[in-house]
Amino acid sequence: MGYVAAKGGREAILNAEELVDYFRLKGESLPLSVKAIKEQFRLACDKVMSEGALYAPELAALALKQAEGDTIEASFLLRAYRSTLPRISYSEPVDTEEMSVVRRISSAFKDIPGGQILGPTRDYIQRLLRFDLLEEKEKKMTTYIEEGKLEQKVPKVINLLREEGLLPQPAVSHIRNKTPETFALDTECQRLSNGVKSEEEPYDITRYALVFPLPRSGVLQAMARGEEGGMMAIAYSSMRGYGDTHPTLAELRVGHVFLKIKHPITGKTVKVGEVLVTEAEVIAGKPTQAGEEVPQFTLGYSLVFGHNERKAICMAMLDITMKAQETKHPAEDQEFVICHIDSIESGGFTAHWKLPHYVTFQSDLDRLRKIQKEKGFKLEADTLRKK
Amino acid sequence: MTEMVKGYNFAFIDEYAKREIRRKVLKAVSIPGYQVPFGSRELPIARGWGTGGLQITLSLIGQKDILKIIDQGSDDSVNAVNIKRFIEATTGVFITSDTLKATIIQTRHRIPEEELGDDQILVLQVPYPEPLRIVEPEEKETRRMHAEMDYAKIWVFLYENIVKWKEITIGARYPVMVAGRYIMDPSPIPRYDVPRLNNARTLYLFGAGREKRIYAVPPFTEVKPLEFEDHRFRIENFKGKACELCASTDTFLDEIILDDKRMYTCSDTSFCKKRGNNPRVLKYIDRNQQ
Repeated sequence: MGYVAAKGGREAILNAEELVDYFRLKGESLPLSVKAIKEQFRLACDKVMSEGALYAPELAALALKQAEGDTIEASFLLRAYRSTLPRISYSEPVDTEEMSVVRRISSAFKDIPGGQILGPTRDYIQRLLRFDLLEEKEKKMTTYIEEGKLEQKVPKVINLLREEGLLPQPAVSHIRNKTPETFALDTECQRLSNGVKSEEEPYDITRYALVFPLPRSGVLQAMARGEEGGMMAIAYSSMRGYGDTHPTLAELRVGHVFLKIKHPITGKTVKVGEVLVTEAEVIAGKPTQAGEEVPQFTLGYSLVFGHNERKAICMAMLDITMKAQETKHPAEDQEFVICHIDSIESGGFTAHWKLPHYVTFQSDLDRLRKIQKEKGFKLEADTLRKK
Repeated sequence: MTEMVKGYNFAFIDEYAKREIRRKVLKAVSIPGYQVPFGSRELPIARGWGTGGLQITLSLIGQKDILKIIDQGSDDSVNAVNIKRFIEATTGVFITSDTLKATIIQTRHRIPEEELGDDQILVLQVPYPEPLRIVEPEEKETRRMHAEMDYAKIWVFLYENIVKWKEITIGARYPVMVAGRYIMDPSPIPRYDVPRLNNARTLYLFGAGREKRIYAVPPFTEVKPLEFEDHRFRIENFKGKACELCASTDTFLDEIILDDKRMYTCSDTSFCKKRGNNPRVLKYIDRNQQ
C-alpha cells in the first residue's frame, strides 16, 4: 500500500483505521466497558486526565479504551477534545487545607497534627505477582465496598513551618488580567524583589504561547499537564548528581477538593464540581537568603489531577530546581524543563519522523554530493555497487 | 466526500480561538518575518504533523473556500489525505488538487510549481520557526538576537561551513532575510523554492503549532536567502535530469530508487499531470495574455 507516491493514500488510511479496531478486538474477549476502565484502571485514567489537561474521568476511560491502553495516545485524544471547548470562566483558588483527604503523609516529622494517613498505597506492599487475581471473585469485591470511605479534613504541615518563619509567606502581586506584556513586568518585579510571589490571575498557557522567563503560574500549569516519565527523568537527574537537590517531603496528600467559580450573574462563589487531586509540598534542605532577610527554606509545590504521587513529587522538585539562582544543570533551566515535558508535543514530533521527508532529503543529498565532489571524492553510485 | 462529523464547530476549533489566530495572522502580516507567539490549540492531528498550518487554515476557511492540501508536493500523500479528510469532515468545503483553482493551499515542504495569484493564500506547515536555533538553543536568547538584529552567529556559522566543507551544509530550510529586517525560517522547503518567496503576488502564512508561532511574508515583500558576495546561494542541481512522466526539465524532481536504476519525477504531482496532458503549460502567469 502506497505510503505516498501514487494514488491510494486515502484507501490505505481507511484500511489502517479498520485494522486498528480489528487488532483491538480480534482476541474475541468481550469489549471492555468504559465504566470498568474508569474504576479499575483508575490510576491510568488519572494519568490521562492529568496529561490530557482535562478533568473528565469518563472521557479519559473512553480514550484509554480507544487507544488500547496507550496513555500518551489517550492523553492526546483528551487534549484534542479539549480544544473544542470554549473557556467560560476561571475557577476560584482552591484551599487544599479543606481537602477531603484520602491519603496524607509527611516525611518531615514523625507525627503531625491530623496524623499520618496511609490510605490506598502500594508503598509497603511486596511486589509479588498476585496469582489469585487471575480469577477474582465478585464476593470479595462486595466485602471491600462495605468498608466505606476514609475522608477527613486535616491541617497542613507547611503552615506550621510558616508560622515559625522557616518558610517564606506567600505574597500576592496586584496586576490583573495578565497578558504576556504585563506578566513580563510582573516577572521582572519578582526577580528584583527576589521573592516567590503568586498571582491573582494565572498566566494561561492554553491561551498564550510560552515566554521565558515564564511566570510561576505558567510554570506550574505546564508541569501540571506534563508527562510523568519525562518529568521524572529530569527531576531524577537532579536528585542523582546533575544538581544538588536533597528535598524533604513536608507533605503529600491525595483527596477531593471542590471546584468553585464566581456565578456570572450573582457574583457569588458557587460549587460546580469536585476533583481528585494529588498535592506535594517539598522543602529544599539548604537554606536560602534573599538580601538581608532571614535565611529560610525553599518550598517546592505541586498539584496534579488525580492520584499520581510520582508525578506530584517530581513536579514539586522541579519547582525547586528551577528556582536556582544560577543555571548549572538541565533541571535548573526553566526553558529546558518546560519545553521538553509535554508528551503531546514531544510524542507528536517524535512520530512525525514517520512522515515522508523525501523533498528535504533530496536537498540534503544534493549538498552532500556537491561536498564530496568539492573535496575530491568521486563516489559514483555505480562504482560503489561494484565493490 | 467524507461524511461530516457531528457535535463539532465548523472547522473544529471554537470561534474565540479562530478570532485570536486571525488577529495574530494580521500582526504577522504587519511585521514581515517576525514570529508572533499565539495560543496554539491541540488538534486531533498530532503535534509536528502540520497543526500550526492547520490552525491557520481552520481559522481562515469559510464555506465558499476551495482547498488544496499537499505534502512534499503530492496531493495524495498519506498526511495530505489525512488532513484533507479532517477539514472535509468538519467544514464540508470543496477540495481540489488544481493549484490554480484553490483559494487556500496548505502545504508541507513545497511551494507548488505554478505561480500563485493575489487571490490565493499559501499556508506552510512549520516544524522549527526559529532560524537561529541551529546556532542558539535558548528561546529567550534568540528573541533578543532578533530584537537587536544580532545575526552575527548565523553568518559565522555559514562562513565556517564554507571553510570546512567548501559548501553550505543546509539542505532544506535555508534561512532568508525578510524585508531587510528579520531572518526567517522559510519552513523545510527545498532551496529551489526559496527564490519564489521573493516579491510574490501571494500571501504566504507560516504556522508552527508545537512551537506556537505564526509568521508571514506578505505579497511583494523582498525575501533574500543569506549568501556571500563570493559564495552565492545555490539551488538544488537537476542538470541533465527530466521528469520521466511529463518530461519537464524545469521542476523540482523526486529521486526514486528502482531495482536497476534511478528515476526522476516531478514532486508537484498536480502540475506533472497538467504537463503530461499538455507539454506547453506554463509555470508562470503569462502577463501578455491578460
